Amino acid sequence: MKRLLLNTAAVAVLVTTIFPVYWMFLTAFKPTRDIQSPTPTFWPADPTFDHFVTAINAPGFWTYWRNSLLVTVGAVLLALIVALLASFAIARMRWRGRGVFVVAVFAAQMAPWEALLVPVFIIARDTDLLDSLAMLTGVYFMITLPFTIVTLRGFLDAIPLELEEAAQVDGCSRMAAFRRVVFPLLAPGLMATSLFGFITAWNEFAFVNVLIIKDQDQRTLPVWLSSFRDVFGTDWGATMAAASLFALPALLLFLFLQRNVGTGMTAGAVKG
Amino acid sequence: MWARTRSYWPYLLIAPAVVGGAFLLLYPLFKAAVISFQHFRMGELIRGGAVFVGLDNYAELLTGTEFWEVLLRTAVWTAINVVLIVGLSTGIALMMVRLGRGLRLALMSALALAWAMPIIAATTVFQWLFQSELGLVNWLLVTLGLESFQGYTWFANGTATFAVLVVLVVWQSVPFAALTLYAGLTTIPAELYESARIDGGTGWQVFRQITFPILRPLFALVASLEVIWVAKCFPQIWVLSQGGPDDATTTLPVYAFKIARVLHRYDLGSAVAMLTVVILAIALVSNLRRMVRQ
Repeated sequence: MKRLLLNTAAVAVLVTTIFPVYWMFLTAFKPTRDIQSPTPTFWPADPTFDHFVTAINAPGFWTYWRNSLLVTVGAVLLALIVALLASFAIARMRWRGRGVFVVAVFAAQMAPWEALLVPVFIIARDTDLLDSLAMLTGVYFMITLPFTIVTLRGFLDAIPLELEEAAQVDGCSRMAAFRRVVFPLLAPGLMATSLFGFITAWNEFAFVNVLIIKDQDQRTLPVWLSSFRDVFGTDWGATMAAASLFALPALLLFLFLQRNVGTGMTAGAVKG
Repeated sequence: MWARTRSYWPYLLIAPAVVGGAFLLLYPLFKAAVISFQHFRMGELIRGGAVFVGLDNYAELLTGTEFWEVLLRTAVWTAINVVLIVGLSTGIALMMVRLGRGLRLALMSALALAWAMPIIAATTVFQWLFQSELGLVNWLLVTLGLESFQGYTWFANGTATFAVLVVLVVWQSVPFAALTLYAGLTTIPAELYESARIDGGTGWQVFRQITFPILRPLFALVASLEVIWVAKCFPQIWVLSQGGPDDATTTLPVYAFKIARVLHRYDLGSAVAMLTVVILAIALVSNLRRMVRQ
């Protein structure tokens, strides 16, 4: 009896959690007459791709897609490289000022980005970087950087120092030891952190709203989607198709990476 | 082997991060602080040459009624959301520990999927769910016998819009909190529970006297993160209601954005932003200290 109650509650939570995502995809595949019928259907009886065609052919769709991708990938790669250097200095070296730097990184993780919209807008304006994807990439890079440093440092700490030392004893330079031994072991860590960076940059809405003003061709998908009424009017099928196309990369990446994150690659690498 | 190195290498390695932080974080923060003490509106934005006016902007905010209304609304907004998020997540995490493997994995995947759902995509879906004529929520409520929801326009009423936003933000935030708390729960040794059960503890007693004390730091962390996240939450509100109707959903970040970008009062917007930073910092530090000390 208790078991039954527990499982019922679990199923209820499961359905509530998944339903908005399901409803988005379902509406995107439903023919318009089903969407507009007074009694909703909960199963794609007669799936259609019409709404996806409408969304893809909407003016500027591919430009916004490309912008979102460029900004996101640029910010994530930049953050990974810069964070890798910094986290190596924290995890593997002792130097004056290290403690201060670590605290600064932790503090930066809680940076009040929403409060910086106005000054970033004014700085971008003063430096002629309004309507530029470069400025947007820079901001997203900085938003994700502190978290990336902290996480990569954690992953680096988990890789036994003995592995690097063994490689150096075997004649590798410190650089080669890092490249051949540490870097491959760090792969899951790099994936996990890039996932967070991807979600943050792909999602970002406030800064792109403030920094991209006149040149509509520099907008990204979230801004485009938020103005769906101007694009699709009351065509909810096309709106949900656009939302699905926007959400799909994040959802796929998440399901794909979730499996690879946290596998114990170093288990058994060091004996006793 | 990695003793304190007297080389310049570590500094070279952190240089890009430091430069990035200085230009894109410290400088804007400094700029916001400066502008909050200046007369900085449309004219100064175009021509430059802003003059310092001391505490005028802060005085204008603190002596008016609007700022205090917004502040109170933000506090209510944050409290309602965080209580719901932490309460529901704790329940879900406790439930997950007791579930069979299959159902638990299914639930974890569902939570991960909801967590990965982009904010604006989720916001658009909720607009569709709460749509007045064809929205599923109204259909469900009418089917359940609440005839008054036939064609009900959620976004025309302040309280209703506020409620929809709470549902949206709670739905978006629960997955992270639930998965984190669940991960914490799995670290508690089963022996502790067994001995408590043998001593005759009820479920609630076990939670209060074993689970909660052990996970107190984790609860503090999750609650603090949610406080920051909910208090700063902007895109959902802006897309759904732009702070309306009748300012019913204007929280601090929406207020700062509105007076800066709509009214071109960059000075006043910066002052709001600085006050937000100070308020959040005070709330967080006191919250964390109290939770950790107990």
